[in-house]
Amino acid sequence: MDSRDKVLDKYSSKIYKNRKEHVIEIEAGEPQVIAADTRAIPGIMTNRGCCYAGCKGVVTGPLKDVVNIVHGPIGCAYYTWGTRRNKAKGDEHTKDFTQYSFCTDMQETDIVFGGEKKLRQAIKEAMEIFNPECIMISSTCPVGLIGDDIHAVAAESERLYGIKVLAFSCEGYKGVSQSGGHHIANNGLMKYIIGTGDAEPQKYSINLLGEYNIGGDGWEVERILKRIGYHVVSVMTGDGSYADLKNAHTADLNLVQCHRSINYIAEMMKTKYGMDWIKVNFIGLESIKKSLMDIASYFGDPELLARTEAVIAEELDEIEEGMAYYKSKLDGKKAAVYVGGSRTHHYINLLKYLGVDVILAGYEFGHRDDYEGRDVIPSIKIDADSKNIESITVTKDEGNYKTFHTPEKIEALKAAGVPLEKYDGLWSDIAEGAIITDDFNHFETEEFLKLLKPDIFFSGIKDKFIVQKSGVPSRQLHSYDYSGPYAGFRGALNFAKDMTMATYTPVWNMVQAPWKSEPTLVGSLGGIE
Amino acid sequence: MRQIAIYGKGGIGKSTTTQNLTAGLGLMDKNIMVVGCDPKADSTRLLLGGMAQKTVLDTLREEGEEIELDAILKPGFRGIQCVESGGPEPGVGCAGRGIITSIGMLEQLGAYTEDLDYVFYDVLGDVVCGGFAMPIREGKAQEIYIVASGEMMALYAANNIAKGVQKYASSGGVRLGGIICNSRNVDGEKELVEAFAKELGSQMIYFVPRDNMVQRAEINKKTVLEFDDTAVQAQEYRNLAAAVDGNQMFVVPTPMHQDRLEELLMEHGLMDI
Repeated sequence: MDSRDKVLDKYSSKIYKNRKEHVIEIEAGEPQVIAADTRAIPGIMTNRGCCYAGCKGVVTGPLKDVVNIVHGPIGCAYYTWGTRRNKAKGDEHTKDFTQYSFCTDMQETDIVFGGEKKLRQAIKEAMEIFNPECIMISSTCPVGLIGDDIHAVAAESERLYGIKVLAFSCEGYKGVSQSGGHHIANNGLMKYIIGTGDAEPQKYSINLLGEYNIGGDGWEVERILKRIGYHVVSVMTGDGSYADLKNAHTADLNLVQCHRSINYIAEMMKTKYGMDWIKVNFIGLESIKKSLMDIASYFGDPELLARTEAVIAEELDEIEEGMAYYKSKLDGKKAAVYVGGSRTHHYINLLKYLGVDVILAGYEFGHRDDYEGRDVIPSIKIDADSKNIESITVTKDEGNYKTFHTPEKIEALKAAGVPLEKYDGLWSDIAEGAIITDDFNHFETEEFLKLLKPDIFFSGIKDKFIVQKSGVPSRQLHSYDYSGPYAGFRGALNFAKDMTMATYTPVWNMVQAPWKSEPTLVGSLGGIE
Repeated sequence: MRQIAIYGKGGIGKSTTTQNLTAGLGLMDKNIMVVGCDPKADSTRLLLGGMAQKTVLDTLREEGEEIELDAILKPGFRGIQCVESGGPEPGVGCAGRGIITSIGMLEQLGAYTEDLDYVFYDVLGDVVCGGFAMPIREGKAQEIYIVASGEMMALYAANNIAKGVQKYASSGGVRLGGIICNSRNVDGEKELVEAFAKELGSQMIYFVPRDNMVQRAEINKKTVLEFDDTAVQAQEYRNLAAAVDGNQMFVVPTPMHQDRLEELLMEHGLMDI
């Protein structure tokens, strides 16, 4: 029996029937199908988050000049307060509220009599104290149950205060994972914010989508992009702002980092404004190089291409020595990577560069296209759960619609390998023989750890300590523990250093209790030693 | 202490029947508390001679922690203790959660005293969610009476309520005490309701005839028994009270499938009307 069979064998037949479609071993040859984005099985300790976590926690939360009011009892607001390490900095033009946690703190009487009054009061207080340009309201579960009309309160507040107020019905129970929340947030930003600004379009301007500035990733990427000469109109949404997001439609090109959480906006902007998008990855040296060259190729300016090559060379030069050292320490190690709906894929290239094999991988909430590539999208079966999340359609905005390239030129770029509206998913980089577990759970985590014995386990806070207690080092790729950035050239060096420290710390030699390897009592029997 | 919950289709006359029934029991010198579980808070109007009551939830909202039992418990006709759970205005909040909160509050405040012979819960409409089933959960009402008439929708609702009772009967001690027929003067009504009750494994505990005296008393904010205890209808309610007081038949109901219910209605010629 191979490792996959050994783990799945423990399940009852009903659970086995479900999980066998989510746990697969990568084989050469035929493209492989995986079940994803379906309901977790009750009773299984899934690592997934909820719809609210995807909407407020991931997408809207990082917008720094927005007062994000959580409507509900205090828990949901408290536990999403500063836990995601999406960094932000305000300046004289842009306020920064990301250090705060705003909540209506509903009590029993608010549940019984309705919480709209309290929400209005919260908005009033936010206006008086913080005077923001934009307020976003996120509902938590009980609000959906009692039916507070947060959208009506938002509309009323917009008229009353003359600012932008958005409401998101992102109750935690919606959909099968945080993925539904991303979609709801995307819809809101697209419907009510993007395209409402009137900034003048600038040369070589881009939006960076699906970059949440965890540990300062976005800042590092922006630094490189600006060095080359790009104008970054907006970042969605790490260190992003309402002020910038309004003008996102004035950019020439969308760069998509996290495909899962933001591809909806990229697609809708293509339809509405004619803006092309390419899939990028700023994690891992080869990926960064390819992404930067793809962007330069899109704009096609020889000067920009030359500048890109020069910047790449300089940046590489800066970290070369360090990377070589860490590579010598990490070469031949084996890793497990379980993060998000895109992040697992992002790190494979970087690990490969360091000589590390990914033997176990998966996503919490990825869809089939995040594994198998966007080509499978037409064949993905829409089920009741996915239909339950609103999917909006946009139409061409005649006033703002522009095409940067002719269709012929787009085809030529695609032929030359620029990933325009293209993403090949995890399959494009994962090695043969690796085990993939979709919607991984604690049982499978522990079992695969025992069987496959990776040298390091990359995931998040929910399983970090289980893994470490079993004697395997763990680094969080959701929050980078207290480190980062890991994106960009300098970020790669940080990552290599952290991984080296994690695997080489002497503590792992002490995990085995002394009495397991040496006798604690010494005695003799009948005078014989 | 017998705890009794009255259910039935909206508008069937639950509150009127409950108040006249409790008035009858009051005249038998029983100690009674009536808990109105309807956000409209009109379940004790006839006993109190008007809507003089401040609801538990309003009091909780306004007074916070410092609530005295006296503030929400008002004695009405024959010393019957009247409480209104209250709740949100239509279309907002959660009335079901309100009932749970309010019954919890009554327990905390010690409203359920040893000397009570009866506690009645007058519950809104059909069992729409967990909150409205609160009075029949573990440790609360052990007896349910369903108010119905010979009209089709009233019996549909009664059958649905029986399903709820059946569910809670398996997890707790709640039992169906019978169907109270509040007549609408439908042809063959008594026979139909009797057959219906029998099919549920229960009984029609009393047939309350239709009498305009009820409306006259209501306009005067009184139960029939208080308004005119010599009236024919007053005797009917006294009989109902005696029937409930002497009831020995408590069953786990056997609700019908839709087909059987419709068959039953046809048998009794309801379809000819």
